[in-house]
Amino acid sequence: MTLVGDVLVAAAAAFVVASLVGVYRIVRGPTMPDRVIAVNVIGSNTVIIIALLAAAIGEPGALDIALVYALLNFVLSIAISKFSVERGGVL
Amino acid sequence: MTPQEIAVVILAVGGVFFAAVAAIGLVRLPDLYTRAHATSKSETLGAVLALAAVALVVDTGLSTVKAALLLLFMFLTNPTAAHAITRAAAEQGIEPWTTDADSETETEPETGTDTGSDSATGTPAGEVTES
Repeated sequence: MTLVGDVLVAAAAAFVVASLVGVYRIVRGPTMPDRVIAVNVIGSNTVIIIALLAAAIGEPGALDIALVYALLNFVLSIAISKFSVERGGVL
Repeated sequence: MTPQEIAVVILAVGGVFFAAVAAIGLVRLPDLYTRAHATSKSETLGAVLALAAVALVVDTGLSTVKAALLLLFMFLTNPTAAHAITRAAAEQGIEPWTTDADSETETEPETGTDTGSDSATGTPAGEVTES
């Protein structure tokens, strides 16, 4: 694999490590919005990992998966914050 | 190394750096609001840098457009989602973290009287609509 491919795979591995650090906040978080923010961060990291791997292995079709995942991540955050205010909590 | 490769390496390393800053802030900061402050900005900047590296690497024209759209979308929606979650937490009544106990006792009676006056004005309105 070329140098750029190695750099992109290493960056994806570093993003995986950052996501695993965020799992600590999901398990430990004292309140529900702490956990929602940690889930949001891990979802953003997942989008970046998919995009980096799509560029590294030379399959640009996986960028569509990353785009859909980013949309779902945004809808999840907005829905949870709206439910928790107007209906007194969904979790 | 071509200039494109140098730019890709610099952007990827910068993205990893800001993602690491966001992860450290998510674990080490004491409060929900400070955690949201750290993660929304650092995570957004890390995402923008990493996706810029992706947009430089993919060579087809349509894939570059997709990566640029993904970058723009993350840049818009990531702070918006963090703001919505934090606003919901503030409306649920989660108190911000403060170092000084006196500042809490100074601010709490003001907010208490405000909510009291709101509820006092709210109940006659409800009685009027009932009658």
